[in-house]
Amino acid sequence: MKILTGNDLASGDVVWWTGTGWSRHVEDAIDVNEQGEGIARAEEGARRVNVPYVIEASATPEGPRPAHIKDRIRALGPTIRPDLTLKPADPAAGNWVI
Amino acid sequence: MYQYDKYDQKQVDARVEDFRDQVARRLSGALSEDQFKPLRLMNGLYLQLHAYMLRVAIPYGTLSGLQMHKLADIARKYDRGYAHFTTRQNIQYNWIKLDETPDILAELAQVEMHAIQTSGNCIRNISSDQYAGAAADEVADPRPWAELLRQWSSFHPEFSYLPRKFKICVIAAAEDRAAMRLHDIGIELVKRDGVLGAKIFVGGGMGRTPMIAPLIKEFVPAEDLLSFLEACLRVYNRHGRRDNIYKARIKILVHEIGIAEYARQAEEEFLHVKSLGIDPPIEEFERITAFFAPPAWEEGLSDDLDLSDPDFRLWVDQNVIAHKQPGYAIANISLKATDGIPGDASADQIDVMADLGDRYSFGELRVTHAQNIVLPHVKKSDLYALWQALDAAGLATANLDLISDIIACPGLDYCSLANARSIPLAQKITKRFADPARQRDLGELKLKISGCINACGHHHAGHIGILGVDRKGTENFQLLFGGSGAEDVSLAKIIGPGFSEDGVVDAIEKATDVYKALRTEGERFVDTYRRVGMDPFKEAIYG
Repeated sequence: MKILTGNDLASGDVVWWTGTGWSRHVEDAIDVNEQGEGIARAEEGARRVNVPYVIEASATPEGPRPAHIKDRIRALGPTIRPDLTLKPADPAAGNWVI
Repeated sequence: MYQYDKYDQKQVDARVEDFRDQVARRLSGALSEDQFKPLRLMNGLYLQLHAYMLRVAIPYGTLSGLQMHKLADIARKYDRGYAHFTTRQNIQYNWIKLDETPDILAELAQVEMHAIQTSGNCIRNISSDQYAGAAADEVADPRPWAELLRQWSSFHPEFSYLPRKFKICVIAAAEDRAAMRLHDIGIELVKRDGVLGAKIFVGGGMGRTPMIAPLIKEFVPAEDLLSFLEACLRVYNRHGRRDNIYKARIKILVHEIGIAEYARQAEEEFLHVKSLGIDPPIEEFERITAFFAPPAWEEGLSDDLDLSDPDFRLWVDQNVIAHKQPGYAIANISLKATDGIPGDASADQIDVMADLGDRYSFGELRVTHAQNIVLPHVKKSDLYALWQALDAAGLATANLDLISDIIACPGLDYCSLANARSIPLAQKITKRFADPARQRDLGELKLKISGCINACGHHHAGHIGILGVDRKGTENFQLLFGGSGAEDVSLAKIIGPGFSEDGVVDAIEKATDVYKALRTEGERFVDTYRRVGMDPFKEAIYG
């Protein structure tokens, strides 16, 4: 599957395209198929997101999992600061990116 | 320490308001990202993996307790309660919001700080020896010269759009504690027949094409220094490549046209530049120098220390350096705790260091390129109280220049350019070698990790260097031996095929075993490697 990501313009937070807007949780991302580039241009033009781009991901029972480690770290947060990740309650959260 | 005059303050304040307007226009949509990006980079604001990152300049690594407190305030108020000291003696915040950045810059300006020229193809923050003004071996204090260069290079209209970024370092001792020859221009202040001047090295750097800066001129009299540097920059600005980002640094120019030809052109240009009269009048230099006058030393202090506390003794032996003034010492604060994050400090720890700088070091602190903090002027009689306070704050790790005193870039945990994570690897190495006695037995061993070929973690200059690469989507680590950023400068060499994260830790352990088996009296790891070569190490590691 292909999912669309970028950074929120004002806060810089990593965000994922949900079909109707942007979420900070990769689990909310939808498959944008071949529509990603068009959505990216429109959303960037509307100043809702900064430098959006399409990435490859795989569908898992927990939701989309980015194919590349860099985007998995973007989705989770720094692996060396579990207190700052988006899954702080999960002690194995860091393993998710490996 | 230098204090802004009305011109410095006016420039910095004006830049804050410029940027406030630019941010407002970006948020309103009047500026696109393509238009805004060079403007935010000129103010040190990057977009990294998780958020905006703000890099704040710490001129030649020197700052006051007041400034250090402000850095803690910003970490607490605008970031997530911590910050990262960098290999260029600066500080970075990882979780900055664009719309709050002008307020942050305004707060920095209140304490004479800014983020100007911490990015972009301009002259970056001048780096220097962290022991400046305190070391017994310096021929002069390099800070007035570094400050002069700061003023010269700030908003320099001719050098604001160089072919590529430009880094300058000034030292004033034969012992190089600042990796001087791995800068675009390295300046070593020297005296010849009692006259102060400088050796000029041009064309060093790390990155994907590491080079050691060759000597371009044996002696430039101090009164010609600024003109000579202007000439060096002009030759680069004229002939440096702008068609290929990977060949745009001055090191490539010097390499391609040759050292002698570059030196000839710099000399020729110097004759013209000198006629322009840009070197400061002696009165101006004396005005700057007066800010760096020695503090009011107490006379007649004892050099005796009570070392009956074994943990204190360990810290003194490893982290405390001789001072030029009797009764005083230089205290290094390691930001490299076992299993810690190299260079990171919490807002509370930054406040503690600021307080201790105020209480014990005449209100002065330094940041080192090895990502540690220095209190440059501590009375020996205060060392025990200082150590106790550091210990209570988790800042008394006694490992300066040992294997666990690792330089590491932020790596793939934070950086959008990185290919691999540096920090988890550094943590694993510090845990493997956690035993203080084992570290001390291994002696000076400078280990440096970069998460990509850009080499922010100085892996080329490590006695042991590690370079993280991306191998088909998986992190892989190349191991290098034999580098040094010190006066015995050398570039490390890759020893063979790369490793997994755990594999590289095992390989380092095997290398240290080889060193212990082969070392002779007084040899450091790098000395043994240079004497016996790579083969015994490769044999042990690859079998």
